[in-house]
Amino acid sequence: MELPFLSIREVSELINRKEVSPVELTQSILDRIEGVDSKIHAYITILGEEALRVSKEAEKQISSGTYLGALHGVPISVKDIFVMKGTRTTCGSKILENFVSPYDAMVVEKLKHSGAIIVGKNNMDEFAMGSSTENSYFGPTRNPWDLERVPGGSSGGSAAATSASICFASVGTDTGGSIRQPAALCGIVGLKPTYGRVSRFGMVAFASSLDQGGPLTKTVEDAALMLNVIAGGDARDSTSVHIPVPDYAMQLDGEIKGIRVGVPKEYFIKGIDVEVEGAVKNAIRLIEDLGCPVEEISLPHTEYAVSTYYLIAPSEASSNLARYDGVRYGFRVPDSNSLREMYHRTRAEGFGAEVKRRIMIGTYALSAGYYDAYYLKAQRVRTLIKRDFEEAFKKVDIIITPTSPEVAFKIGEKTDDPLKMYLSDIFTIPCNLAGLPGISIPCGFTSGGLPIGLQFLGRPFDEETILRVAHAYELRTNWRGRRPPI
Amino acid sequence: MKISKDAVRHVAELARLEFKEDELERFSEQLGNILEYMEKLNEIDTASIEPTFHVLGLSTPLREDVVKPWLSLDEALENAPEKEEGFFTVPKFIED
Repeated sequence: MELPFLSIREVSELINRKEVSPVELTQSILDRIEGVDSKIHAYITILGEEALRVSKEAEKQISSGTYLGALHGVPISVKDIFVMKGTRTTCGSKILENFVSPYDAMVVEKLKHSGAIIVGKNNMDEFAMGSSTENSYFGPTRNPWDLERVPGGSSGGSAAATSASICFASVGTDTGGSIRQPAALCGIVGLKPTYGRVSRFGMVAFASSLDQGGPLTKTVEDAALMLNVIAGGDARDSTSVHIPVPDYAMQLDGEIKGIRVGVPKEYFIKGIDVEVEGAVKNAIRLIEDLGCPVEEISLPHTEYAVSTYYLIAPSEASSNLARYDGVRYGFRVPDSNSLREMYHRTRAEGFGAEVKRRIMIGTYALSAGYYDAYYLKAQRVRTLIKRDFEEAFKKVDIIITPTSPEVAFKIGEKTDDPLKMYLSDIFTIPCNLAGLPGISIPCGFTSGGLPIGLQFLGRPFDEETILRVAHAYELRTNWRGRRPPI
Repeated sequence: MKISKDAVRHVAELARLEFKEDELERFSEQLGNILEYMEKLNEIDTASIEPTFHVLGLSTPLREDVVKPWLSLDEALENAPEKEEGFFTVPKFIED
């Protein structure tokens, strides 16, 4: 039996029946990491020893009759943006290369309490700024489906690791598509919960009004199982929301008749890959056949989303990243003659090009004389984008779109043209601006064998409905039957 | 749209960054292109539209002001690039 290729649900049943031991399972994943990760570089840090130690504890608990639930004894990974006590958290940056956290992120704490085994920290675009994982200080991650191509980003390490079965699932973050787009490009499931659903405590901040953590998994059911664990309010994150968390996995019964689907015409634009468009339209027809009435809707301000996002996110980032000053933690350039020189040289040497570019855009947009014209203007347009969704959700229950206008592109293809890279996020950004939940699931392959992603967007705090429809679609298809050639 | 090198230098100063001459050249061009794309937002009249700084519209939650244990002094200083006697140390910044 090839253990690493199972889903969380499948492997957890074996663990619960004591047919597979967490130690054996963890060793099988560590062995596979050893064999595969040098080709794709999905991990920045591998926690082999620690993972084995925790797996022995899990084994002891389970054999003495204490079973904590679906994640107990299951090896998973987390994006290197979540701090974890006693381990290095780099956020893909030189400036945090040697940062060892003195505490756990809420997501990490919850995963530990669920009995999950964290085997490593995944590679990512520096400070989650990017759509290809090429902006990591530690070098790019490669797409398991084609090693010459990017895995998407910024949670590219999380997506590649899950796709290549060198973890059963990962937790990433999504500020403008950073969970959903890499999930689409790697042929897996990626869920961005509603803003406020998952605590941001201990998650290194990029754009605080947009950032949200969520799972990358092999199946929709696994995404529900992961969300069950990581969701919930947290007194240490004042923007997390204290409302009850339903059992998401319990609701996946395949029955979706009568759920009204909207398809926004603005998401089928010139320039979208024809094979992507074809696969998405086929998927929508299948969902209609499952009993969901489908209607065309309009989200008229979609074309302004990229401009809006690339003013708001860099503005928030320029403020959030002011903390990296070489004083309290992180990299400090040696031998400065003054405090001013130390700040400037530390940040100039510690940050990579894209991070500096975003700090510069944000600082410019917030600076005297430009604040109204850029930052405030973008926040006003954000209101219009949010209203578009509010109007649409009066008529439909979920919205279906392509996740990305294209499939995985070649490494290096867009690195010289930042604007071209930014436009990769055109279909994922509006969801963050409006704070909605969104999920990407596989819906086919191009003739060249590259995965295509399908996106479902739901009402705020209604993760259930998008999970239910995505699950029903998944039950009727078998895209997971195809594995990357690695 | 072109952003002058002087403007880039000014913004870099505000952001506590610095660039070499060839980087300044590249950044002024790239920032210009990006900001030109942002001009698209001016197609929309937003005079009567309130900004959305935050989707949830939450107010600041309040709690009792009670002391809770958090990091010890040693833990808080553990990652410091330079420290001395329980303090972070930085290059001298007060003139003699």
